Amino acid sequence: MSVLVGKNTRLLVQGITGKEGMFHALGCRDYGTAVVAGVTPGKEGQNVEGIPVFNTVTNAVRGTKANATMIFVPPAFSADAILEALDAGIQLIVCITEGIPPQDMVKVKRAMRGSSARLIGPNCPGIITPGQAKIGIMPGHIHKAGNVGIVSRSGTLTYEAVGQLTAQGIGQSTCIGIGGDPVNGTSHLDAIRLFNEDPDTHAIVMIGEIGGSAEEEAADYVKAHVKKPVVGFIAGQTAPPGRRMGHAGAIIAGGKGTAIEKMKAMEAAGIRVCESPADIGETMKKALKK
Amino acid sequence: MKLHEYQAKEVLRKYGLPVPEGYPTDTTYNVREIAGRLGGYPVVVKAQIHAGGRGKGGGVKLAFNQDEAEQQAKAILGMNLVTHQTGPEGRIVKRLLVEAGCQIAKEYYLSIVLDRASSQNVIMASTEGGMDIEEVAEKHPEKILKVYVDPAVGIMPYQCRQLAFGLGFPQEMIGQVAAFIAKFYDVYIKEDLSMAEINPLVATKDNKLLALDAKLAYDDNALFRHKEAIDFRDLNEEDPLEIEASKFSLNYIKLDGEIGCMVNGAGLAMATMDIIKYCGGAPANFLDVGGSASAEQIEEALKIIISDPSVKAIFINIFGGILRCDRLATGVVTAAKKINIKIPIVIRMEGTNVEEGRRILAESGLKFLIGNGMKDGAQKAVAAVKG
Repeated sequence: MSVLVGKNTRLLVQGITGKEGMFHALGCRDYGTAVVAGVTPGKEGQNVEGIPVFNTVTNAVRGTKANATMIFVPPAFSADAILEALDAGIQLIVCITEGIPPQDMVKVKRAMRGSSARLIGPNCPGIITPGQAKIGIMPGHIHKAGNVGIVSRSGTLTYEAVGQLTAQGIGQSTCIGIGGDPVNGTSHLDAIRLFNEDPDTHAIVMIGEIGGSAEEEAADYVKAHVKKPVVGFIAGQTAPPGRRMGHAGAIIAGGKGTAIEKMKAMEAAGIRVCESPADIGETMKKALKK
Repeated sequence: MKLHEYQAKEVLRKYGLPVPEGYPTDTTYNVREIAGRLGGYPVVVKAQIHAGGRGKGGGVKLAFNQDEAEQQAKAILGMNLVTHQTGPEGRIVKRLLVEAGCQIAKEYYLSIVLDRASSQNVIMASTEGGMDIEEVAEKHPEKILKVYVDPAVGIMPYQCRQLAFGLGFPQEMIGQVAAFIAKFYDVYIKEDLSMAEINPLVATKDNKLLALDAKLAYDDNALFRHKEAIDFRDLNEEDPLEIEASKFSLNYIKLDGEIGCMVNGAGLAMATMDIIKYCGGAPANFLDVGGSASAEQIEEALKIIISDPSVKAIFINIFGGILRCDRLATGVVTAAKKINIKIPIVIRMEGTNVEEGRRILAESGLKFLIGNGMKDGAQKAVAAVKG
């Protein structure tokens, strides 16, 4: 089975009439996701290849019973889009947009405090339950339905891990890209907790990178609560300090957030940490045999 | 985007925060005149480079008359300033700040950054002003006071008072200090800064506060809201290859190894550097061509990689999602022919349209090395360098 997305997902796409939004809305539909609505202010009444467009998220929810949203609006308007979805009662908000000012996300997080809605991202590839539904920009065909949950701050590095698992014949329950920004909606810990509580997820891959301390917090949780095998990798072992490595959140600041610290914390929690990113699939295979 | 000290002080001044009177200059010609205008001695001549540790490196000097000011300026301007943050190669000083001196009673530390763990801004203050704050955090964490600001209400007066009392200011200065902190937070929020630091913040002998040094950095993602701040960018402080890369929306960071990397996605790009090291080589750069690299971007990326003279081989590692492997292969073949690359190129591709991509490479007539998986690709690149 899966977490967060599946057969019951009814997806709306904010920014559906933009180039990216349209391309990926159709990509999700082709994969099998029920894409029921789009939102672009001022374009209500139009449709994108049969998907009806609404002026507001509230109208879209009222008209189509959408229960999840995928956001493609430009960074300057993303915080507004997230909060509009929250206000309309959407329970799963996936924000793909890269480049949102962190102070906007600080306000969004504060506004979401106490709410039952979940935000994934921003600056993320999205989330997929193979064989059922995807909300995001990942290539669906590399995935295979199964029982390993993946959580990662990266996009293509997640595809790499998925590719390795699929090549080993290991399927995935759900893959969650939590995004590369310093302030995000769902943390490693949140995702691992979901996987731990999901009876159909038998093992977990956790892919982190330099910057912040989210991996260490997740490792503490794993140590205390997780009996399922966890395989980990941290990108940026060779990254110089003080430089942002592409992702806004991937920076070793003041000597903190190094790959070594994170790998140590994960190993201490019993996580099987791969030194080489090419060993994720094989390490999981061994872990599942035990 | 980092600011120079003189730019940071300009911003603080605009918000009414007290900074010493001073003027920037990129020549020694007018230093006597500036020193004379400041209305007293000593004056301070300060090198303007982005790196910290300027004082210890000899980039900050006192002068007690106009002649001395000019002498100090001549010594500092054009010098190669080496600090713990510039690396051994140092940085040429191209600009000075000539500033009024002051009578310091005590030095403090004040900064604001985003705390990722709590998703809130945190104000940090310490009585250990003028020191390297990372060292203080390491040895005496209890000497750093922290106040977290709830974004829904903003900074409250009690929080400013907490810090002012906590730092041990005398009663008659509490109001002044609290107002200073509130205003400083205002600068941080209104200007969308990713960090703001005053070190040292000084109390003068006549009980006035003064930001003696200031480090501010704008958040790159929020620069669209601060068009006027873009003038603060100093290209002299950036690597020429990184400037070139940014013109084509390529995310490039120069490193000091021999294997040039071209990868799609930041996480995979870091992982590619890691696996090169794991296989016994050293990456020459981080380069993320993004999710939908155009033929032009691929060509420019390759040009930038090979213009680094230490690059002996190139490793292209692409996991095609939105970026299709056939399009990438066509781009690489066209670019390699056009710019006539002489060093070995190892290509590892996976994902969307990979078969078609491999066919294009095979039929190109160029001698690409093909990596079967990340590790094989990295090993081949390392072997190619070692000859």
